[in-house]
Amino acid sequence: MIQVKEITKFFGKKPVVQDVSVDIASGKITSFIGPNGAGKSTLLSMVSRLLNADTGEVLLDKADVRRWKSDDFAKRVSILKQSNFMNVRLTIRELVSFGRFPYSKGNLKPEDEEKVDEAILYMNLQEIQHNYLDELSGGQRQRAFIAMVIAQDTEYILLDEPLNNLDMKHSVQIMKILRKLVDELGKTVVIVLHDINFASVYSDHIVALKDGRVVRNGPTNDIINSHALKEIYDMDIPVQEQDGCRICVYFNS
Amino acid sequence: MRNRTRMFILIGLAVAFVLLYVFYQLNGNYHYAFPRRLMKVLAMGLTGIAIAYSTVVFQTITHNRILTPSVMGLDSLYMLIQTLIYFFFGSISILVINVHYNFLVAVSAMVVFALIFYRVLFKEGKRPIHFLLLVGMIVGTFLGSITTFLQVLIDPNEFLGLQSKMFASFNNVNSDLIWPAGIIIVLAFIYGWRHMHQLDVMSLGRDTAINLGVPYDKLVQRMLILSSILIAVSTALVGPITFFGLIVANLSYQYFKTYKHSILIAGACVMSIIALVGGQWLVERIFSFNTTLSVIINFVGGVYFIYLLLKESRSSG
Repeated sequence: MIQVKEITKFFGKKPVVQDVSVDIASGKITSFIGPNGAGKSTLLSMVSRLLNADTGEVLLDKADVRRWKSDDFAKRVSILKQSNFMNVRLTIRELVSFGRFPYSKGNLKPEDEEKVDEAILYMNLQEIQHNYLDELSGGQRQRAFIAMVIAQDTEYILLDEPLNNLDMKHSVQIMKILRKLVDELGKTVVIVLHDINFASVYSDHIVALKDGRVVRNGPTNDIINSHALKEIYDMDIPVQEQDGCRICVYFNS
Repeated sequence: MRNRTRMFILIGLAVAFVLLYVFYQLNGNYHYAFPRRLMKVLAMGLTGIAIAYSTVVFQTITHNRILTPSVMGLDSLYMLIQTLIYFFFGSISILVINVHYNFLVAVSAMVVFALIFYRVLFKEGKRPIHFLLLVGMIVGTFLGSITTFLQVLIDPNEFLGLQSKMFASFNNVNSDLIWPAGIIIVLAFIYGWRHMHQLDVMSLGRDTAINLGVPYDKLVQRMLILSSILIAVSTALVGPITFFGLIVANLSYQYFKTYKHSILIAGACVMSIIALVGGQWLVERIFSFNTTLSVIINFVGGVYFIYLLLKESRSSG
């Protein structure tokens, strides 16, 4: 169980995240939404110990994430950031194999290879697994990185805007896979999303941030309504129901 | 061609050059020339692997393929330290005559400088490589200017003594220093060996490395210390060869095209042995000592450095 307790982060003198407390529900998809600069990515970075909070703490199983041993933590929680700059040229399979590093420490055993195969199969990459990452399209690259995280086989999967720069087809594909990870494998997914409709259709739980503070936190249906959205985005957004999904029609509001 | 084959070719070449260097025109002189040549080969091997290893490690943790500790001002600092010793204590001081003291002072000053300087420079985030290069060049020039200023003030006779310290040379490697230097280098290698796989992960970038359970910031600190010690030891042993690390590291990246540091580092080490031993053989037997190896290496390396810079600015611009 991940608990965020009153964390605050300053960039220079500017508070980016202020006094945020959130409990992440296990076995669910939780989305962080909010306008640009609300502190969603910063919050996610602190949960995944990429950044240290200035005050407050993040607890995994009641222990501060900073106290966890790096490789033990890496077996429980994985994080995928939006930009993945690399200095080296890797094939998909090599990248996915890196997901086993917390377990194998670089020497892959047969069971590690098995997990890598499974992850590649899960993301439907077996045809192109020996292609180099820089030869791939944005969607394939993103799938390769998600395959790495799947191979890492953690209970918690944190993703920072995984739909960035993807077209509709690939976005839907990735969200469906995340849904499958939660429903079939019992993972907990925390995801920063820009598109409110993806959050509405695919997540169980939504945490809405604005100016570094949590403004709303609850089950998806409590958040996706005109009243709450007005509070979050300062926009009048009509919500329409279609086949059981709530869709926000924000384009001319 | 597979990487294993490539590595065997390199190792074969290295062995061939070592044999050539040791036995060519030896004329059965096993009492005088043979041990001397062996000593030189040993010195070249130690320096070569220390520079190769520390350069690859440095470039991985700083995420670039152009900067090296030597380019970032460490060589200029070495010259300044030697000049300061001559300036304040003179050529007959214990710091000059006792090579162990000289070695100790030079190594510790360089390690301290490197730690402070690099910690400030590479602390947070990724800075543009041209900015880092500029800072390195400015610091290098600044130290170089102080050095020149002090050198014109000292006695010309003292300056002659100092001059021999300013160019890397294997002709006057002090055999007393080989053992302490060798022990430090071997210990550093044993320590570094355990982190070889973590270096592979580090080249995926900070976020991914932390995600995969590498204690990134701690490891960067340790590897910076390791790489500073190695480069300081090799510089203190033979003198500054500014562009050498750059050449062997980049040749190894190009030749092996892999992310595995065990291969990249081994490749760079073998290449530096080939370059040093082969180059020294050329200098001694073909050019009959008319030039020094560091002059050749810095000439070739300087040209290569400019090529890499142009390539980088074209791909990023």
